[in-house]
Amino acid sequence: MIEIRELSKHFNNHQVLNRLSLNIEKGQTCVIIGRSGCGKSVLLKHIVGLLNPDEGGVLVEGKEVAKLNPLELDQLRSKISMVFQGGALFDSMNVADNVGFSLIEHTHITQKELSERVEESLHLVGLGGIGNLTPAELSGGMKKRVALARAICIRPEIILYDEPTTGVDPITADSINGLIRSLHDKLKVTAVVVTHDMKSAYHVADKIAMMYQGKIIIEGSAEEIQASQDPVVHQFINGLSKGPITESIGNSR
Amino acid sequence: MMFTDFFITIGHRIIACMIFFGGLSNLAAQTVYLTFKPPYKWQRIFEQAKKAGNESFPIVALVALFIGFIFALQTAYFMQRIGSEIYIASLVALTVVRELGPVITALIVAGRVGASNTAELGSMQVTEQIDALETLATNPVKYLVVPRFVALSIMLPVLTLYANIIGILGSYIICVFKLGITSSMYMNVTFEALLYKDLFTGLFKAWIFGMVIALISCYEGFNVEGGAEGVGKATTRSVVFTFIMIIAADCFFTALFYFIFP
Repeated sequence: MIEIRELSKHFNNHQVLNRLSLNIEKGQTCVIIGRSGCGKSVLLKHIVGLLNPDEGGVLVEGKEVAKLNPLELDQLRSKISMVFQGGALFDSMNVADNVGFSLIEHTHITQKELSERVEESLHLVGLGGIGNLTPAELSGGMKKRVALARAICIRPEIILYDEPTTGVDPITADSINGLIRSLHDKLKVTAVVVTHDMKSAYHVADKIAMMYQGKIIIEGSAEEIQASQDPVVHQFINGLSKGPITESIGNSR
Repeated sequence: MMFTDFFITIGHRIIACMIFFGGLSNLAAQTVYLTFKPPYKWQRIFEQAKKAGNESFPIVALVALFIGFIFALQTAYFMQRIGSEIYIASLVALTVVRELGPVITALIVAGRVGASNTAELGSMQVTEQIDALETLATNPVKYLVVPRFVALSIMLPVLTLYANIIGILGSYIICVFKLGITSSMYMNVTFEALLYKDLFTGLFKAWIFGMVIALISCYEGFNVEGGAEGVGKATTRSVVFTFIMIIAADCFFTALFYFIFP
């Protein structure tokens, strides 16, 4: 479904992605873990065509994203939804207009159908009846869930989650994890979740891939990752302040 | 060493200038193309027109009235000495309609609407709302820039027309109630002095200024980097560049019209 081939990207002489390769099967929930700033969000932005690679490429359903023309890219994006780290809800609109944005802009459905779809999406994320509120009136966790409702309102085949549990309390984080899992089960979507929250990763993942120095250094099930003897993986998943990751940063400084 | 630094700084400035004008031209080309490409979203254009036009009207009217007062009084200072007070009317009419009306209106709208556009789009940029628009298969230029571009290019000539009338009214009040010129005399001299080409050149410049304000303010908003500090810097830059470009465009078109319609 999603094939990332030898993807490289640099910003201002800093190599963020370095010949990174990864395959994600249809219907799979793949969690990409790694330290903050290691390039996980940059990888997501390549999948949805917000960034173009320096080398290599991303194939979604066999089509190379960077080579699509604007019309083809819009067609592809109508199948992909992205949940941004801060929600990225439109401040100037209320919750209902945010959730139904794609349907309002790109379809000719009636007001009644639109209201039903929006309310259904909000119910799926446990926020029915808040359509009239503005994003400013929502808590951080609610914003993330509304962003999730906006993502699922168009019935996508792929959902990309950028740090879905960052900045919310543990209880809300757990409910968001449950939501990602239940959406996967109900809607059968392919999901790519970027996070550094290991609890979240173990909860939602079919497959976990770890990014380090611009590459995927390990991929496998949650059990395989936990059993890994790789010192880098071990340090990261156990949240240790001492180990090869922090030593390499110290040496580079 | 200082000598080398000087040339390095100049080089960086030239490159920055080229990047700015290149990016601005690219945005202008996309905006014009997308303005004529369906679907047309009239509702968003109407909302922006209301924001740029209706909400700017009180301040434009107030400033235009004061400009009329000041200009009449300053002109009277000299005209009274040579006993030609009646020509204040023609001088004010021509200067306001050809020059002051469009420029003052554009500067007010640039400070009020242009700054607001940059801050709004800049905030959207730093909170990933513009990326979100793209992932929702919506072109940010079509969705955000085109309505502002169309609204400002329509509303600036309209506001200028009001500024012209109110500026002349300000001068009328001084001349009739303070300097003793009769109302009918003032009106006759004003309409005798004004030609259609004067009105046309003023409104044409206002139309250009409207497009300049929309494009620069949106360009700066789209290119915000960093957080709140970046938004603040971009807003300042947007207002400064827009002011400079308005004056430069005014200079260019004034010279052009002087030679085309002497």
